[in-house]
Amino acid sequence: MVEARNLMYMFYGFLAVWVILVAYVVSLAARERNLKKELMRVRSLIDERERAR
Amino acid sequence: MREKIIYIFAAAAAVLLVRNLYVILLVLPDEAQQGPIYRIMFFHIPSAITCFIGFLAAGISSAIYLATKNPRNDAIAVASTEVSLAFATVVLATGSIWARIIWGIWWTWDARLTSMLVCWLLYASYLMLRRAIDEPTQRAKFSAVLSIFAFSDVIIVWKSIEWWRTQHPGPVLSIRTGGGQMNPAMEAAIYWNLLALILFGLVLVLVRLRQEEMRREIDGMRQMAHAI
Repeated sequence: MVEARNLMYMFYGFLAVWVILVAYVVSLAARERNLKKELMRVRSLIDERERAR
Repeated sequence: MREKIIYIFAAAAAVLLVRNLYVILLVLPDEAQQGPIYRIMFFHIPSAITCFIGFLAAGISSAIYLATKNPRNDAIAVASTEVSLAFATVVLATGSIWARIIWGIWWTWDARLTSMLVCWLLYASYLMLRRAIDEPTQRAKFSAVLSIFAFSDVIIVWKSIEWWRTQHPGPVLSIRTGGGQMNPAMEAAIYWNLLALILFGLVLVLVRLRQEEMRREIDGMRQMAHAI
């Protein structure tokens, strides 16, 4: 019983490591996607304004 | 070139992590007194050292920023701080889970745990401060000062198990004790996982740094768009 609990908490520990790191990687990827979109948007805005001049 | 480095480091970190997980879970025996729960330390200790290295890099970069006013140093500081804070979160979470089994409690206000929590809060406030200030030069200056100040707590965290009698175990690595505290095979597994996490952390810092540069490029282009 004690051994099983010990093993279960070891699993929780490993799970915590991966959940935290994967969540951070996912947030980084989402931010990168948004930044690329924003970069494209600003580039097209500049192109539009230069054409309008 | 940077893309190549990111891919090479990521591949090396992935291979090392798989190899280390095999050694940690299937090769090394249970610890005599703690049982399987001790395996948490193979991530707890390397994550702690990785986050301290990252906070040191952020502190040095911040000091260089204050001296040179080069925005690249500010970008390095924020990238290192953010990645290190993720590893600091791993340290607090894994430590708490280990403590629940070994001490019977999730948390205690001893010097090591408290100083680590203060460290986490200081660097979290660093990121919050950056969000609160819009003007880039002012943001970089204030956050650089906070980063240098926050690093003083990292030194306290590192030395706390020597300065005070804490419930947290004392130093175990032979680089601090001179040896004899830990089975050499177990200690080797810690160093291998430290290498894997440092490589993984470097990949994250490089990706985060690229994002900071992209953000700067966007800001510059916005100013240009307004000028047209």
